[in-house]
Amino acid sequence: MSLISTLARLEAVSTGRAQPAATVRHRHLSDRPLVFVPLTTAGEAGAPLGALVGTDRDAPRLLVVPQPRDRDLRFAFLAELADVVLPYVDAFAEVVEAAERTETDPETGKRVKVEVDLCADAPQLIVPSRGGIDLVRLLGRSMRFRRTAEQDPEAPYPAPPRVPLLGRWLTHFGERARVPGSSLLLAMTDVLGRHWATGQSTLEDQHLGALLAWIDPPEGLTGAEAALRAELERDAQGQLTCPPAGPATDPAFDNKLLAPAIERYDRARTALAAAEDGLEADDRLGALTAAEREIRDLVRSRTLPTWEKVWQGLDLLRELPEGAHVEERWTRDRWSFTGHRDRVLAGEPPQPRRDDAVTAANKLATREREQARLEAQEALDDLLVMAGRRLSGEAFAGEVTDVVMAYNEGKRPSPRPLVTVRTDDRPHLGERTKVYRSLGGKPQSAEFVGAEEDGGYVVLRILDKMGRGKEPEPGSVPEKGERVCFTLFEHEQRGGAKLPDPEETPWTHGGPPGEATLEAADPVTAEDLL
Amino acid sequence: MPPPRTRGTALRHRLAELRGPDVPAKALDARALAALAANPGCARRAILDGAGVNKAALASALGSPSAFGQSQFALTRGNAFEAKVKADGGAELLRLVHEKLDRSAEPPAEARVPDLTATGPQGRTARTALELREAAAHPGAWTLLDHPMLALDVAGSPAFLEPDAVVVHPDGSWTVVEIKSFPLLDGSADPAKVGAAARQAAVYVLALEEVAARLDPSPRVRHRILLVCPRDFSNLPAASAVDIRKQRAVTARQLTRLTRIEDIAEALPEGTCFSPELPADELTAAVESVPATYAPECLSACELAFHCRARSRETGAVTSLGRPVRAELGGLTTVEDVLAAARGEAGDPADPAVAALRRAAALRAEALEAACR
Amino acid sequence: MTTLFDPSAAAAQATDAILHDTLHGTARGVVVDSPPGAGKSTLVVRAALELAEAGHPLMVVAQTNAQVDDLVLRLAEKNPELPVGRLHSSDADPYDKALDDLENVRKSAKAADLAGLAVVISTAAKWAHVKADEPWRYAIVDEAYQMRSDALLAVAGLFERALFVGDPGQLDPFAIVGSEQWAGLTYDPSASAVTTLLAHNPDLPQHRLPVSWRLPASAAPLVSDAFYPYTPFRSGTGHDDRRLSFAVPSDGSGPDRVIDEAAESGWGLLELPARHTPRTDPEAVRAVATVVRRLLDRGGAATSERSPDPAPLTADRIAVGTAHRDQAAAVRAALADLGVTDVVVDTANRLQGREYDVTVVLHPLSGRPDATAFHLETGRLCVLASRHRHACVVVCRAGVGDLLDDYPSTEPVQLGTVVKFPDGWEANHAVLAHLAEHRVEWRP
Repeated sequence: MSLISTLARLEAVSTGRAQPAATVRHRHLSDRPLVFVPLTTAGEAGAPLGALVGTDRDAPRLLVVPQPRDRDLRFAFLAELADVVLPYVDAFAEVVEAAERTETDPETGKRVKVEVDLCADAPQLIVPSRGGIDLVRLLGRSMRFRRTAEQDPEAPYPAPPRVPLLGRWLTHFGERARVPGSSLLLAMTDVLGRHWATGQSTLEDQHLGALLAWIDPPEGLTGAEAALRAELERDAQGQLTCPPAGPATDPAFDNKLLAPAIERYDRARTALAAAEDGLEADDRLGALTAAEREIRDLVRSRTLPTWEKVWQGLDLLRELPEGAHVEERWTRDRWSFTGHRDRVLAGEPPQPRRDDAVTAANKLATREREQARLEAQEALDDLLVMAGRRLSGEAFAGEVTDVVMAYNEGKRPSPRPLVTVRTDDRPHLGERTKVYRSLGGKPQSAEFVGAEEDGGYVVLRILDKMGRGKEPEPGSVPEKGERVCFTLFEHEQRGGAKLPDPEETPWTHGGPPGEATLEAADPVTAEDLL
Repeated sequence: MPPPRTRGTALRHRLAELRGPDVPAKALDARALAALAANPGCARRAILDGAGVNKAALASALGSPSAFGQSQFALTRGNAFEAKVKADGGAELLRLVHEKLDRSAEPPAEARVPDLTATGPQGRTARTALELREAAAHPGAWTLLDHPMLALDVAGSPAFLEPDAVVVHPDGSWTVVEIKSFPLLDGSADPAKVGAAARQAAVYVLALEEVAARLDPSPRVRHRILLVCPRDFSNLPAASAVDIRKQRAVTARQLTRLTRIEDIAEALPEGTCFSPELPADELTAAVESVPATYAPECLSACELAFHCRARSRETGAVTSLGRPVRAELGGLTTVEDVLAAARGEAGDPADPAVAALRRAAALRAEALEAACR
Repeated sequence: MTTLFDPSAAAAQATDAILHDTLHGTARGVVVDSPPGAGKSTLVVRAALELAEAGHPLMVVAQTNAQVDDLVLRLAEKNPELPVGRLHSSDADPYDKALDDLENVRKSAKAADLAGLAVVISTAAKWAHVKADEPWRYAIVDEAYQMRSDALLAVAGLFERALFVGDPGQLDPFAIVGSEQWAGLTYDPSASAVTTLLAHNPDLPQHRLPVSWRLPASAAPLVSDAFYPYTPFRSGTGHDDRRLSFAVPSDGSGPDRVIDEAAESGWGLLELPARHTPRTDPEAVRAVATVVRRLLDRGGAATSERSPDPAPLTADRIAVGTAHRDQAAAVRAALADLGVTDVVVDTANRLQGREYDVTVVLHPLSGRPDATAFHLETGRLCVLASRHRHACVVVCRAGVGDLLDDYPSTEPVQLGTVVKFPDGWEANHAVLAHLAEHRVEWRP
């Protein structure tokens, strides 16, 4: 943790309120995000218990699995979820704009520009916490290999029609969320934690209620008091007044409220099945409906507070102005979304269980590049972030005290002016270290020439962005008295080398993975719970 | 060399006093082992676990109940899975041990599954030891010990441990089996949970090694254990071998260090007692007489964490915000000291920690001010 | 000594076997583990020359530009006639200017310009951009344990077979983003190139160089036991082969006493009183600088199998190692205050592969309130403790033993990954226990 963020946390402790960790918003927020607040059943891998989902703060859709062990009820839940998520996704998939992309021409091998569709906007899924992101991945994994009756008439437990497609989309959202700076799928705790420093640890910040308590404490309470209440306060029945943001539930809820309710539901269902005539069945159906409603009410009661908190978090985040580079990163999300849309449309198979060697290496390279890009862009967009880089010696700011014109040697001498900057910062500069400043949104590079003995003055030689002439273009060289900020890190990221195609995987990595085969659906046995 | 008998007895006596009259010692369960791994340097945790104090009861008596609970859904599912794994005389379990750890051995067509029931933990421990000795007399056979009981000497008193299963291979070697209910999805599992299972298994391995050392010739206790989990989204068992050599080495060293509890016990005021029956203020004073090294990681590992957190926050300890916070603060340990140093009200400017704090504070203030403009 | 261990013979035997497998073997790859100072560079140069002599076009992959330039210089020194290509990037100053003086070394940013040369050398990053119609028959991959699996994936299509050489004990490659998703896969892109190579080709011949010519007899057993428990090596020299002496006698101060201890036994621990400090602990930094100043002032002389006549211990034969860059900067400043400007001070990462007579190390855990995985990384300590030919002085605050014992051991475990040994925690304890025998307590 950098000393600047440590200080912010300590100030939060001392003032009883979270302190800013950023002065602008570093993540894109959609005008119409889809909020998803899921709950799962303890002890089973990704077995949904219920969820609130929707784009309308005032009208969330409640989905419930009254008996989480019943496969049919689970499928019904997933089908309902697909009915909410897929139309939302499709709405973005349909609106496109023309864009250019560089591709390798398969015939000539040359890089050529081609015109393609780019979705004008992309969907955005918001879950309360990191556990929600894991669940999105898990649900995606559990659904994308399922076969519908149409795909495979022999399938013993066919999935409802749109469920495999939902699995592919959730998988894509989950995978994209691993890319630094991406915003297709966000966990509210992560985004809030990026922008505010609370007076508690990052571990405790994983609790959405406690985190919000520090950022926006209710009247008359300090952040610490409100957070403690959010974490621990229980009502007369022993239930947490601020239920965990899930997807796991509180054991006390499971044992005291949920288990008895599910038991009543099971009994009502058994009774209904055993009904001997229509009249009896009508009565018992009423009892079953009542039992189901009871479970629905329980699930709503545990998800609604979190639903409200996610929207409260969105309100708080929207108050921050958007960082200058956020839109550029969102465009990358749009490309990612468009790419997956095209793969689905082209009838490609679902994402495999595990990446092949080339895909894994490509993903890692992309993410490392995006991480570097994110770090650079956040610093350029936000003085507070830049302050952290200055403290760690990766950047310096100061006033230009002297500019001496100089030229390089060569047939056509080009300007290489020497600029002296007075700074209190202590950058880690070595012989000919390259430094960069932002000039009209583009990086201008310079190299370190020397420093005054006692520090305080740094001499740089400006290297580029001064035009083609003998004299630098106006405004391209800092002037005496000007405030400048140089970074030791690059502002833009170079693309890496092209890796071989998967079918060219070398012997060191196991050779080509072979023909892509359609991955078999998970085997389903009669006794399976999912 | 083991400590002289009398000293060991004296310590046991002292620890019993700490627990309180007629309070039975609590076994060193998985949670206590997790706390040991998460915070080996905490004297409070060391003495309470060493003395077998029930920390959950203690935490409730102190007014800061622990938040650990188990959902009955998880419990039911876990038990059902374990029963399934061990069904048919452990046929599936043994098949997995053979496949994952000992392919060169004869496949387990049939296995000995001795009855291990006995009265009390001592009785069950003796019974387990007896059956392990018995298994050594049956070379070439597979033996499955279902829920054996093992004893491990922890700071002079025995702690009882109950692994899910121990398998004796035809070559006479022993394998610890851990059955967990988190899934093995496409061959991988939650690394934090696997880590916890590995540390737990390491303790069982150490305890088994003590049993083995008493046999002649000593059977080999394998350092690769078998982790059995539900596969993907089913309840079919899948298994993976886990190399626990690291965890074993670390735990062995930590357990030997638990002898420090003798020193801790000696430093306690006369008559100190942690019985939950005591009034809250007396109990608080008793607990406060042993220093704790609270860190946020304790919240997921130790029953006493909420109590220690409240104390840590009261004293303004910076570690309540996380261990890494201390890294650049040098000798400054409280929130107010750090802030005073950052504001220039205290601290030696020649101290690099103080100098860095002031620079950080100035840079932060400059950025925030500029952003407001 | 009654043992019949002949280090030269053992090393020669290993080298012969490696060269035989490389030149005449049938396997597509040969892996060589080389502990610190075991003659890795010599082996690479020799293998390159023999392959070139046999008429096999050869590409050499190293990890940094400095390593590439160093290899080019060594090759030219051994065989000035050999046509060597230095493939470089298109950045400014892409290679060492010393290469310009070598007649048979051609330099270019385009691989096509270097076609047909006996040996072409470049970094893995540059090779990754090369497209070849015809793969090279042979390649040598240097520092293969510091190369990431994905970097090998990018270049492995360029060659048919290769000799992989590296030191498994040094710092592992790392990724700046999480890669847990691929943990347990044989081709985990963030793993080391050798890990992936051997996972897919477990039958490749594996060799190791059994003798460290750098580390003295006082250091080889400790470094071997602590960092290479399953692949031990020995020192090429005996206890009497190396001697470090000082013309000026000790003034009785802590630094002088620890220098004498290290000169006598090969190791010295200058222990300062326990205290929590920031990384740039001024007292510890000053202690490091003072030890260096005294090493220079006391007229040190090193006798070894290389120079039977005592060679003066000059500034270029001394280095200071730290864990962090700001510590290195602080030590440099402290040295400048004492008038020392020409002693190398650097972090473990940058000291990899370098060699000095005496090293002074600021212990990575000195004064820390907490240990972290970074500070416990085996490779870091291994690099710092294995750069010296004569003696190593470690400066550290008391209390590191307790710090290690209090370290939470809650590491996650990824199924299917090979557990790396030794564990940093244990290796640190082993080194600490050994250093404790050479402790000089000092209150500055």
